Amino acid sequence: MLLKIEDLHVSIGGKEIVKGLNLQVNAGETHAIMGPNGTGKSTLALAIAGREGYEVTSGKIIYQGKDIIGMAPEERARAGIFLGFQYPVEIPGVSITNFMRTALNEIREYRKLPILSASEFLGRMEEKKKLVEIQNKLTNRSVNEGFSGGEKKRNEIFQMAMLEPTLSVLDETDSGLDIDALKVVANGVNTLKTKENAFVVITHYQRLLEYIVPDIVHVLYDGRIVRSGGKELAIELENKGYDWIKKELSLA
Amino acid sequence: MSKIQDSTALKEQLEQMFRENWELISSHDQPFISKAREEAIQSFSNIGFPHRKMEDWRNTDLNKAMSGKFTSLFKPGHGDQTIDQIFKCNIHELETDQISLLNGWYIDTKKPLVKHDNGVISGSMARAMEEYPEIFEKHYGKYADKDKDGFQALNLAFAQDGFFIYVPDNVVVEKPLQMISIINWNEGLFIQTRNLVILGKNSKITMVHCDDSTNEEAMIKNSVTEVFIDESAHLEHYKLQNLNNQSTLMNATWFRQMKNSSLKSNAITLNGGLIRNYTHTVLDGEGASAEVYGVYLMDKSQHINNQVFIDHAKPNCYSNELFKGILDEEASAVFNGHILVRKDAQQTNAFQHNKNILMTDTAKANTKPFLEIYADDVKCSHGATIGQLDPEAMFYLRSRGICVANARLLLLYAFAREVVDKISIEALKMRVYDMIRKRLKGELNICDTCALHCDGPNKEILFEIDMSKI
Repeated sequence: MLLKIEDLHVSIGGKEIVKGLNLQVNAGETHAIMGPNGTGKSTLALAIAGREGYEVTSGKIIYQGKDIIGMAPEERARAGIFLGFQYPVEIPGVSITNFMRTALNEIREYRKLPILSASEFLGRMEEKKKLVEIQNKLTNRSVNEGFSGGEKKRNEIFQMAMLEPTLSVLDETDSGLDIDALKVVANGVNTLKTKENAFVVITHYQRLLEYIVPDIVHVLYDGRIVRSGGKELAIELENKGYDWIKKELSLA
Repeated sequence: MSKIQDSTALKEQLEQMFRENWELISSHDQPFISKAREEAIQSFSNIGFPHRKMEDWRNTDLNKAMSGKFTSLFKPGHGDQTIDQIFKCNIHELETDQISLLNGWYIDTKKPLVKHDNGVISGSMARAMEEYPEIFEKHYGKYADKDKDGFQALNLAFAQDGFFIYVPDNVVVEKPLQMISIINWNEGLFIQTRNLVILGKNSKITMVHCDDSTNEEAMIKNSVTEVFIDESAHLEHYKLQNLNNQSTLMNATWFRQMKNSSLKSNAITLNGGLIRNYTHTVLDGEGASAEVYGVYLMDKSQHINNQVFIDHAKPNCYSNELFKGILDEEASAVFNGHILVRKDAQQTNAFQHNKNILMTDTAKANTKPFLEIYADDVKCSHGATIGQLDPEAMFYLRSRGICVANARLLLLYAFAREVVDKISIEALKMRVYDMIRKRLKGELNICDTCALHCDGPNKEILFEIDMSKI
């Protein structure tokens, strides 16, 4: 099993957001996590990535057999965890090229792989840019600075393609995308999918799941996964809305 | 040679030194210069050294810097080393003409003062004073205000040598002129140097002014530069400062700019105990522009004080200031920017920014932007920030596998870059990037800069890949 989350509780500033969450992801699987706003989807994603201030008060996040709680974000990334940000950060003055070069060097050093030569590295940049249809000039610009919403999300997928993670958590990568950009992003994910890696796709809408077809759909509500099912669960949610879940839960 | 030993008595000792060494000090003087010296020592006697009750000096403590044991040289001194040993090379790939000062005295490698074919004169100020009295009479001491503070007065009283540069009308100097000022003495020196730069109408020159130490001796260098930029002339003035932690550099540059002239100044402060850069420009003709930039990287208990005074005396002028600094450990920085827009200076555009990053709780920055506007049709703005590295950006970088140290480096480098990007000589820009990277990694030492021990880019730096060179 690639990822096993057991009874996870996460607080931010003393307020509990994730309240006893369980999740299991195997290599080769794509999971979708859906749910209304403010139920803990992003908190879960950031807790997996190791964001400071997201305090795990109890439970475990076991990745490749090892509890990663307490590990620095860079250590998690080097071990193969990738977070596609809901709101990618603008970093003026740092070019995407330098950024990726530094990241890839550190990851490869950790994995005891040889450092890519400048031409190998640039070749890889070219290849992955094509995958997400990124224009050449974008990579000479500062990270996310002045990018449109769609460019930022494509840049996230580009970074994922560059770093080749084992577990990718994509936090609302579809939000703010038009249908063309959505297809580009979905195509990127589908191309990168292998038997060895896994994706956890967090989304509000069923729309994305028409292009990234999940093996399992989870509904997150009030800090817990309250329902899991096949891809038909997403369609049911889309038709009935989240009130249906809320109603069922209050009856139960 | 005289000894200065006690900070509290420093003023009196200097006054006494002035009297005792008058013969030497005034040996190359024209009568008007001797007269200026006498007035200046009188002014110094009246006003003394700056102190913390003065607004511009409120956050700069001179006591520690002034408490060492110092010597002054009233005639050239090279110590034990030969000049060839000291000046080995200059900035890589940067083709420059080079002139140099050692311990405040002009180094006479060929001739102390050269008149080039295009009419440009460069060399020793002491010699120029004798050969071109008419230029000195017109410009010397005319732009720097000797009564502004004790250092200005002291400099005018004592200064015997420095750089002299004269660019005639309509002459464009293609090669940058590298001005290297090195201190190499086996005991602490108190040095007064004075430079005079004249740009004729429609002329153009680029100066790269390097201040370096070659050992760990304490020293005080009090440098005053006067620059006259005539109509439609263009000056680029870069300052590279890399001094040891015991040094004090008082650096004042006074510009007078005429109609449609332009100035671009950029002070890159990489190291130094206490450094004060005072930049004063008078936009004294319509259409003049002044861009005054600076970047400083300080740590330990280093102190940097950048003062900029821009006098918009005539209409339709432009000024832009940008100073950015990174302060680590117990380092402190002061930025005071004063823009004066006089009553008749309509259509003025004046902008000013100072941004600081504090790496620790003990680092300090004091920033005071100040606009004084008497005209009513102007566009002016100022802004100042003091902050830490953005935690969101840090997390973003780390979430891609980049360690804390490298994430910091990337962000700090990016922060400093905005100022370095304004350097228009490509080779110099690359060199400064490299020095800033080394500085941020703690690998820059005082021997690394332009004049001595040029070690070349001997280490591959993994996080930077220069697209233009592939």
